[in-house]
Amino acid sequence: MWSFFHKLGSPPWLYAISGSILRWLLPATLLALAVGLAWGLLFTGPEARQGNSYRIIYIHVPAAVVALAGYYVMAIAGAVNLIWKMKMADVAMKSAAPIGAALTFIALVTGAIWGKPTWGTWWVWDARITSMLILLFLYLGVLALYEAFDNKAAAGKACAVLSLVGMVNIPIIYKSVDWWYSLHQPASIKFIGQSTIDSSMLHPLLLMIAAFYALFTCCLLLNMRAELLQREARTNWVKKLAVAADSRG
Amino acid sequence: MTRPGALAFSARVLRRQLVLAVRRPVEIGNPLLFFAMVVALFPLGLGPAPAQLSLFAPGILWIIALLSNLLTSDAVFRGDFEDGALEQLLLAPQPLFLSVLAYICAHWLVTGLLLALVSPVFAVMLHMAPAGIAALVLSLLLGTAVLSLVGGIGAALTVGLRRGGMLISLLILPLYMPVLIFGSAAVQAALSGLAAGPYLAILGAMLCLGMALAPLAIAAALRISVDA
Amino acid sequence: MWEALSQKLYFHSIDALLAMDGHGTFVWSAYLITVVVVAAILIAPRRRQRRFLRRLAGEIKRARGDRANVREDI
Repeated sequence: MWSFFHKLGSPPWLYAISGSILRWLLPATLLALAVGLAWGLLFTGPEARQGNSYRIIYIHVPAAVVALAGYYVMAIAGAVNLIWKMKMADVAMKSAAPIGAALTFIALVTGAIWGKPTWGTWWVWDARITSMLILLFLYLGVLALYEAFDNKAAAGKACAVLSLVGMVNIPIIYKSVDWWYSLHQPASIKFIGQSTIDSSMLHPLLLMIAAFYALFTCCLLLNMRAELLQREARTNWVKKLAVAADSRG
Repeated sequence: MTRPGALAFSARVLRRQLVLAVRRPVEIGNPLLFFAMVVALFPLGLGPAPAQLSLFAPGILWIIALLSNLLTSDAVFRGDFEDGALEQLLLAPQPLFLSVLAYICAHWLVTGLLLALVSPVFAVMLHMAPAGIAALVLSLLLGTAVLSLVGGIGAALTVGLRRGGMLISLLILPLYMPVLIFGSAAVQAALSGLAAGPYLAILGAMLCLGMALAPLAIAAALRISVDA
Repeated sequence: MWEALSQKLYFHSIDALLAMDGHGTFVWSAYLITVVVVAAILIAPRRRQRRFLRRLAGEIKRARGDRANVREDI
């Protein structure tokens, strides 16, 4: 058990193991994404009320789910860095932030595009969209804080504190925005609500959610590898790697 | 010399912060002046019709209170960081949790408390019905304390940065949003004849949570900023 | 197997698939934006890594005095 943690703290080991994970995880992710998209776009019928525009659900919901989970990944990695001073956790936290922001952006843009045929307007201050917008602000805040520090070790710790504060706040923000929306809900706008989703539509959706989790993991590992190399630029194993990569052309 | 106990020590920190603030009365007046000026912007922007202004008054007043709290948060630790007093505080044997709470309490006393006390004047200027004034003052009293605690986190994180001014707003504005929602909802409930109590209770719950957790984050952030 | 799958296809022509009963613009633009962003977050770290390794290799060669083989096309 402890030897695993010690290995986790070793950059060359992590670089090698993440490489061998990516070798099968990346193709598997791309395959799952392709199958999920084809399934959702081609092999399901239209939704009764929204017609074909509902097919955006297969990217909107997975992106939103994984974007939220990504914030927790980032905050927990930050906590590990603060408590056990684990450098790898700092690398993971820094690497998770841009991916989470990108997924939140996807969720927001697809939500806006979905809103046009469904509600007749690009933007509705709906509880879920507003919460996603605030999540994007939280991600961008972490990225901005990291950039502002010249001392990157301090930047990692400061971002860890900020993302932990954000993690405590996310349930409060979500609940209060939910409640705020139920108070102000305009009569003309009715979302499909909690209507039960047909299993023929649910299965491709579940596949897409799994594929987006895998996508997040792949991107996280790729980012961590690039970051690891840059942080370890002075060490021999990175220099060897650079020379080997250069001789390959 | 005997070492003061933890509570006596934070009482001294509180007193010191208040004395420093009172010696510069203009800086106490600045947030209030800001409040008054932004209130004056809204009739100019929205038009002077009383019906419209009174409709938006709860939201306007709450947003301005939030902004003036935000603008003053940046300075909570800055002076002491620059002259080294903050480092002394971190080295002191007394728990940082309580002394940080004293800093935040002092900040709230010179901004949030005063804003809440003068807010009825601006409420009347925006034609808000008298029914909402008590809820406005109470919600601001509770809410600005939460804002000061959250703002303290942002201040502690950015205190070591030269270009921290804009950054602190980006960091803490998203965290302010729940307070804004329940604060303005309390006033709106009172205006429409409903009980404001539940909303104030939620603000009180946020204050309890903030008092328990925010000083931990502020203390950690201060240690990081001073080390950097 | 392809027979059975094509039986289950909801759209029966490319035109119908592109139009999606009038919602095609929305659905396809949403998917296009997603594909672009996902491609960007997958490619960016690889590019960053490749450029870094190339720069480091160049530095190592310069340190050895092997100027002839330094690649400047970073």
